[in-house]
Amino acid sequence: MLIKMIPEIGHFALIIALLLAAVQAVVPLAGAATRRPLWMAYGRPMAMGQFLFVLIAYACLTASYMLDDFSVANVANNSNSLLPWYYKFSAVWGNHEGSVLLWSLMLAGWACAVAVFSRDLPRDMVARVLGILGMVCMGFLLFILVTSNPFERLLLNIPQDGADLNPLLQDFGLVVHPPMLYMGYVGFSVVFAFAIAALLGGRLDAAWTRWARPWTNLAWAFLTVGIALGSWWAYYELGWGGWWFWDPVENASLLPWLSGTALIHSLAVTEKRGSFKSWTVLLAITTFSLSLMGTFLVRSGVLTSVHAFANDPARGFFILVLLAITVALSLLIFALRAPRVSQNVGFSWLSRDALLLINNILLVIMTVTVLLGTIYPLILDSLGLGKISVGPPYFNSLFVPLTVIMCVFMGLGPSSRWKRMSASALARKLWMSGVAALAIGILAPLVYGGSWNLWVSLGIVSALWIVLPMLRDMFDKTRNASSFFGGLRKLSLAYWGMVLGHLGVAVTIIGVTVVSNYTIERNVRMTPGETVEVAGYQFTMTKLGSRRGPNFLADTSTLQVQRGENGRSFTMNPEKRLYIATGMPMTQVALRPGLFRDLYVAMGEDLGDGSWAMRVQYKPFVRWLWLGALLMASGGIMAIADKRYRRLAGRRETQPGQIQTPSREATA
Amino acid sequence: MAMIRPFLGLATALAMALMLLGNSSVAMAAGIEIREFDDPVMEQRYRDLTGSMRCPLCENQAIDDSDAPISADMRQRVYVLLQDGRADIEIVDHMVQRFGEYILYNPRLENRTYLLWGTPIALTLAGLLLVVLMVRSRRNAAARALSPEERARLNDLINRKRPK
Amino acid sequence: MKRRLLLLLPLVGFLLLALFFYRGLALDPSHRDSALMARDFPAFDLATLEEPERRVDTSLLEGEVTLVNVWGEWCPACKQEMPQLLSLAEQGIRMVGINYRDTREKGLQFLDEFGNPFEVNIFDPEGDLGFELGVYGAPETFLVDRDGVIRYHHTGYISPTDVRDTILPEVEKWQ
Repeated sequence: MLIKMIPEIGHFALIIALLLAAVQAVVPLAGAATRRPLWMAYGRPMAMGQFLFVLIAYACLTASYMLDDFSVANVANNSNSLLPWYYKFSAVWGNHEGSVLLWSLMLAGWACAVAVFSRDLPRDMVARVLGILGMVCMGFLLFILVTSNPFERLLLNIPQDGADLNPLLQDFGLVVHPPMLYMGYVGFSVVFAFAIAALLGGRLDAAWTRWARPWTNLAWAFLTVGIALGSWWAYYELGWGGWWFWDPVENASLLPWLSGTALIHSLAVTEKRGSFKSWTVLLAITTFSLSLMGTFLVRSGVLTSVHAFANDPARGFFILVLLAITVALSLLIFALRAPRVSQNVGFSWLSRDALLLINNILLVIMTVTVLLGTIYPLILDSLGLGKISVGPPYFNSLFVPLTVIMCVFMGLGPSSRWKRMSASALARKLWMSGVAALAIGILAPLVYGGSWNLWVSLGIVSALWIVLPMLRDMFDKTRNASSFFGGLRKLSLAYWGMVLGHLGVAVTIIGVTVVSNYTIERNVRMTPGETVEVAGYQFTMTKLGSRRGPNFLADTSTLQVQRGENGRSFTMNPEKRLYIATGMPMTQVALRPGLFRDLYVAMGEDLGDGSWAMRVQYKPFVRWLWLGALLMASGGIMAIADKRYRRLAGRRETQPGQIQTPSREATA
Repeated sequence: MAMIRPFLGLATALAMALMLLGNSSVAMAAGIEIREFDDPVMEQRYRDLTGSMRCPLCENQAIDDSDAPISADMRQRVYVLLQDGRADIEIVDHMVQRFGEYILYNPRLENRTYLLWGTPIALTLAGLLLVVLMVRSRRNAAARALSPEERARLNDLINRKRPK
Repeated sequence: MKRRLLLLLPLVGFLLLALFFYRGLALDPSHRDSALMARDFPAFDLATLEEPERRVDTSLLEGEVTLVNVWGEWCPACKQEMPQLLSLAEQGIRMVGINYRDTREKGLQFLDEFGNPFEVNIFDPEGDLGFELGVYGAPETFLVDRDGVIRYHHTGYISPTDVRDTILPEVEKWQ
């Protein structure tokens, strides 16, 4: 009996969660405004309770999927009894309704985490932060209940079986990519709430930035991993080896990332130096607003036309209203409460302050460029000026030079000091790195590719110019230590976080540069027994066949691959699948990954005479793209572990023996 | 219909578009063609051209990535025109005449796209100006008050003045 | 005061953006006018579906307002819009079909089964004429005026509502 009622229980839990969110949104904020401790104390239990009930709702939806309850419309439309259990589990967020529920679950989860880990913060600050998070949660729960209820039942014609999950989504990528991405998007709500709370409380000092920094880093790390997973997924799933398409949906995730990166740096300046206060608040608001805007762009159908017909226009309108209220209200509070007087904390041309200012300006220009390119067709269309497309050539031609300029300053950043430093000292420190970066960068394309290539040189010089000065800086910092490794251990975790983050950028740049310029792609006709050579590898088709998967039929092929005459040989098995329930064909790529190159084989079509068209690609350094992103994310997380924040969390120093002076370099 | 598919909107949307227009029976006939090129320069031009033209049917894909039949036709036309010795600009014009400006991923500079191309450049210049102005004003501030005690006192005063 | 106004800038920018988004909600991003609008119907010289020996060219479309419908047997939406096309033909509107990327056999079979509103069908098995017209799927419908100039373009399925609200008024306009 109870099992049959699971969807109703879930629905009911959502309603309770909405009520709790409403209390969380109103009472603590009112308490903070009227200084009533009891009212303020409502925030924590409400946040925890709300999370619990959203979790129950989420578990109910998952249970409906697992139990193949096709009387639930959402399950019937997006699942199938033949689907393996792990895809049933992830199919929950493979559709609009379920993914908004996941989004709300995470939002409630972040709010709950803030409630748990903010015991040492001033009472009114916590009350305000939780109140603001409660408002955001409330908006999304309302959105679910009003327009996107995942528990809706099919009263008539309950299907025997479900329509199946889109084959593109039946993949490990769906299991990991959306949750990571959403954790990032949603995570920026915390720094947003802190910023608004600081504005409301009139306490725009360094304190709020210190509290908000770990949360921001964590959200940013999730978003970084989420974007990288999306890129990796598209790379192996779509079958033509692209890893970034500048599609509006991708841009929607890149926007909060760019602005979040700027935010991380500007938080550092505000915390350390007390300057850029209004600017940091504005960035915090912007970053979360861009997350919300991404949701609007993806779900409303304004940019992705084909979704429009499957979509309820009411949804787009609802999100727009939600977006407009949240953003307009916070920008209004910003305009009214941001400090009137800008504090002139002095710094000179050559200082970390100035470099971080430049970093922020460049990142903002990048953000605006991506935003403009993404919505420009929409703007023209809504002005009746016709339809145009803005795609990779536009973005690349602007993004690449901006990135190169950014790298010039990134190289100086870690070695710089706050306030001012002498140009000659900096030059003495960095000239060798500069010469080495230039020399290696200019020679690299000659050695690797056999001919000179401006873009490759630019990329390599940029990447080395990030890495070499940083190595030099680490060397300088450890020179006085008894041993090199002892010295490395003494560097603060925040410093290590910065090093890893910047190293990650360099690694990604190398990956982008090499794979964009040295990919070898050949479309070939292959029959069993035939050998083709691509990039020094011999691909021999040994077998053609077919097989039956759990919910698809597949044409299969086996290729024997060997490098040169004596190389180790291995097999690759690309497939072409036909999914039974949807009738959709899919290319299943065969990949041979490696740190320095991927081999990538996709099966095209049957050419009739026993031969197949195959696409064989050699993609050097493609893994570095995602490796770099992982390094960046781990840098962000490592910085959280710095003891400044641990002290903040009210715990004892973990290792009393390892006493350090507060590190000047612990920033960025 | 599934809605999220964060980065996979394109291919799924293609499939859906094909169904919408009723092409489902020829959907996803893979776009892997075997073409011979006389020289690598022409091959590169072919890649650049097909990579910068948008498939008019699909959601958001270049014709070289797309499995739609019209993309295959367009690739073939680009190939034929290249073999015919036409210049890139002629080939682009040829396509735009038939399918409209919409297919250009690299929008041409014209009245309605000045802002698209101009804004990032204008912003970069504005950013440069901003850096110069800010650093100049702050450099003076740095020169004026330097001792830590003074700085602390100043901060104190400023903080006290601000309304709580 | 000046600074306060400066702080309002982000809000103003966002509101502007939101306005565009709001207008965007009402737009259909997939709807595009043909690039050939107000231009001459492209030149062609093709056989008809019905008689392989008979060749037709642009002169076919001169002298009378004509609806040119691009269809194929493989296209389900084409079948669904046939009743609407038949009723348009019954109202005396001249219809010409382009049998797009099809075989002769299947095309004729389609007309047998779903009716034939067309005065004549241009046989375009390779999609050459379709390409010149910028056709990227079927069905697509063009309205050609008496001088052979394209005046209206409809992409996709024509519903009874489309007939009433757009097709008939457009035909009337150019009669």
